[in-house]
Amino acid sequence: MGKLIEIRWHARGGQGAVTAGKLLAETALGAGFYFQAFPDYGAERMGAPIRAYTRLSDSPITLHSPVLEPDVVIVLDPTLLGVVDVTEGLKENGVLLINTTEPPEEIRKRLNLEGKNIRIFTVDASTIAIQELGREITNTPMLGAFCVATGLLDLNKIMEQVRKDFGKKLRPDVVEANVRAIQRAAQEVKQG
Amino acid sequence: MPKGTGWKDIPIGGLILEAGNSAEYKTGGWRAFRPVRDAEKCIHCLFCWIYCPDSSILVQDEKMVGFDLEHCKGCGVCAQVCPTKCITMTPETEFEKEK
Amino acid sequence: MREIMALDGNAAVAHAMRQINPDVVAAYPITPQTSTVQTFSEFVANGLVKTEFITVESEHSAMSACIGAAAAGARVMTATSSAGLAFMWEVLYIAASYRLPIVMLDVNRALSGPINIHCDHSDTMGAREAGWIQIFSENAQESYDNFIQAVRIAEHPDVLLPVMVMHDGFITSHAMERVELLSDEEVQSFVGEYKPAMPTLLDVHNPVTYGPLDFYDYYFEHKRQQVEGMAHAQEVILEVAREYEKLSGRRYGLFEAYRLEDAEVAIVVLSSTAGTTKAVVDKLRAQGKKVGLLKPRVFRPFPAKELADALRHLKAVAVMDRSISFGAMHNAGPLYLEVLSAQRIYGGNMPVVDYIFGLGGRDIVPAQIESVYDDLFRILETGQVERLVTYLGVRE
Repeated sequence: MGKLIEIRWHARGGQGAVTAGKLLAETALGAGFYFQAFPDYGAERMGAPIRAYTRLSDSPITLHSPVLEPDVVIVLDPTLLGVVDVTEGLKENGVLLINTTEPPEEIRKRLNLEGKNIRIFTVDASTIAIQELGREITNTPMLGAFCVATGLLDLNKIMEQVRKDFGKKLRPDVVEANVRAIQRAAQEVKQG
Repeated sequence: MPKGTGWKDIPIGGLILEAGNSAEYKTGGWRAFRPVRDAEKCIHCLFCWIYCPDSSILVQDEKMVGFDLEHCKGCGVCAQVCPTKCITMTPETEFEKEK
Repeated sequence: MREIMALDGNAAVAHAMRQINPDVVAAYPITPQTSTVQTFSEFVANGLVKTEFITVESEHSAMSACIGAAAAGARVMTATSSAGLAFMWEVLYIAASYRLPIVMLDVNRALSGPINIHCDHSDTMGAREAGWIQIFSENAQESYDNFIQAVRIAEHPDVLLPVMVMHDGFITSHAMERVELLSDEEVQSFVGEYKPAMPTLLDVHNPVTYGPLDFYDYYFEHKRQQVEGMAHAQEVILEVAREYEKLSGRRYGLFEAYRLEDAEVAIVVLSSTAGTTKAVVDKLRAQGKKVGLLKPRVFRPFPAKELADALRHLKAVAVMDRSISFGAMHNAGPLYLEVLSAQRIYGGNMPVVDYIFGLGGRDIVPAQIESVYDDLFRILETGQVERLVTYLGVRE
């Protein structure tokens, strides 16, 4: 990793961005990284746009301020694109990973990122979630796409962590459905 | 400076380390009227003992024998509740004269 | 077995409580403290601790129950935040004056009003004269470590004062970080079996009275004794820290000096913002600027001499306060006023300025901290202090 990586999550309340950030942090812990995972607590209402942050580093992190210039932005809900400025502060050569049916080229146009050095990845995590989980909870498939888009964490490690974490609370078939969703998203994610 | 023990020599936290030491606090000096009993009329019903708020009725062998004047505040409850009216609240000034 | 876990600050302290396994916890939920006692109550329900967990109807009752249990001879803990701490006000003083070694987490949150659930230090700072030892933590790891040490500090026979451990609301309480836990056995043997140093209410062979009337004849002497406990606390805090370092490898003092020795200018700031400041110090140091940081850990008892000694060589100092002492000199913050008094008595002639920041959870970002260092260098250049108190990040 070599340096501090800052990630910003965009979602709506109830979509699991906080859980995904924590899952990522726990996977990072298993991989020997230092990390922080923290939500932006405002009005915690189901459906309201929320942000959450994850920091990853191979050395201790002392920063405790909000992430202003993320290296990676992950958007869990496509309907947020018209509501919040998801590219705000996104670094040069940064990664933008969006749950959408649209291809990366369309997103680049829509967000006026043409000619900008931003790597865009898209995946239809909603469809994957509905097909595999029966509910539109996109946090786990997005983690699969995250591994491919950033190369920061190993896909198998994420799946291991999901089995370990979710295994405590959920039925085995639900846990495996989450693992399948991660795998599918990793395969179906498109770069443009 | 008021009299008393210095801060190094008293229990910390305001603790009182002995039980039942309220007896050391003599409240008899608060009294303006002293209960005086007519032993002839006393039937030893011990109503006074039950009602006394300062545990100042002295009892021996289930008989009322007198008052603890070091603690009796002279409230007069004993005189009030006495069914034979054998207790009279008498001004302390009368006893001053005796001295 | 020692474990490295991904925990937020509140969960880290809940784990410390689990490992300490106190006799009694009485607590009332309040944001952002809630998850601490919620997590701990799960440990109770799952039989991981032998603690009697008392759910009460208010913080006033929580602290009152803690006082009763501690006077009865139990090792007692609680946690609160903001308005909860304020509601404990009266009983905070009673805990301290009865010399009961209660340990409490205060998750720093602004006091109302207008109502606000986010971080600042106005809750703890308001309680700074209540007679409690106050220890601030930068992150989840420190909060865990401080909480365990607090037990030994509070219960030390030369101290016998309650201890309040703080971490920043949401910023630390709800941020998940890497936390190294000691093993349960290590924590157990570090805190040891609780043997109350004072006679207790449940010792029927040695009956005692707690809380009698104490007028002009002895009240003053009892307050003088509290001063003595507080005066001993500093050495005990260091002694406990040395022992804890041997066990954990993590070093704690009265404060942490970061790249301070050869610094020209420095910031003094508490808690999580000190962490952010470290990153700024590293950045400016890489540019050749001689900047440093002093992060007080122990606010009560305030380590005035040690702090003045550590700052003496500097050419200018900025204190950053996450609360206001309304009506104090220049309406400055409490940390600033303490640093100034320390400097007045123990020496140091450099200008010291104050920055009020982060009230009600207002973000504090590296660029703002950098601007404070810029201001300090400007003071060096011009020899002029423009403002004693600056509001960092308020809209004009």
